[in-house]
Amino acid sequence: MAINPMHQFEVYRIGPEINLGTVNLSFTNASLFMIISAITILFLLFLGTKKKLLIPSKTQFITEMSYTFIAKMINDTAGSGAKSFFPFIFTLFMFVLFCNMIGMLPYSFTVTSHIIVTFMLAATVFIGVTIIGFIKHGIKYLELFVPKGVPIILLPLIIVIEIISYLSRPVSLSVRLFANMMAGHTMLKVFGGFVISLGLLGGWLPLGFSVALTGLEILVAFLQAYVFAILTCIYLNDALNLHH
Amino acid sequence: MELEAAKMIGAGLAAIALAGAGVGIGLIFGNYLSGAMRNPSAAQKQFPNLLLGFALAEATGLFGLVVALIILFAF
Repeated sequence: MAINPMHQFEVYRIGPEINLGTVNLSFTNASLFMIISAITILFLLFLGTKKKLLIPSKTQFITEMSYTFIAKMINDTAGSGAKSFFPFIFTLFMFVLFCNMIGMLPYSFTVTSHIIVTFMLAATVFIGVTIIGFIKHGIKYLELFVPKGVPIILLPLIIVIEIISYLSRPVSLSVRLFANMMAGHTMLKVFGGFVISLGLLGGWLPLGFSVALTGLEILVAFLQAYVFAILTCIYLNDALNLHH
Repeated sequence: MELEAAKMIGAGLAAIALAGAGVGIGLIFGNYLSGAMRNPSAAQKQFPNLLLGFALAEATGLFGLVVALIILFAF
């Protein structure tokens, strides 16, 4: 009766098995839900920008709201020089948000609850930001590891700490999203299991908890996408405006 | 069987890290509220920072949870 709460994170193959050398490239449920979220975003943005009314319809309103939300966020945290990175951050935010939100539907699969997906996104951000920093400032970008106003005796220690904290950025960025998603979904399933095991008489209390937790998880799903995007902006700010 | 028991104890110990996350989140929201009560006009501007601090504090606790899950399921 008690189903393993980790069962929902199982990746299985849909359709035929495709092997490219030693790499297994089969189409899985994870790929299916990534495609679903990408198509949902495309569909929403296409519908939202098709008819440009002065008094916006609901879909146009959502599209405009997400645009201004991200544009304002980039302007506030990374300065106006980061405007050319708007498409990348908008794509990142919308993809993470829709993966999280589609994962909240019953019987669906949460793509972002797998660390390889979030680590891939975080590694893209990390490598990209490092390259941008070196292109923009050249070798002077290494000054990022030397904070201003530190006594010269402490400097060797501070530089090591700064380098470690810089290198741990992709790990913390990816683990934050992955752990939040996985912990939340496991918790939902555990409380769902309580409803069944306590039966008709005592199951109402965990059922109420489940409803409240679902609300919390939707909040967390939005919040984590927001945090992912805003941390990308902060890292970008470090690369674009050194010591500001 | 002893390894199994040690795994369970280890996972339970690793989950203690979440206590720190609880303290951190409480501090962030408590301090935000007391600040917002003193100066309500500045509260709206600091709301993104509140969410950012909440997420950062929660993440450190969740690292402990990940360690617990790795002990339980990956080994």
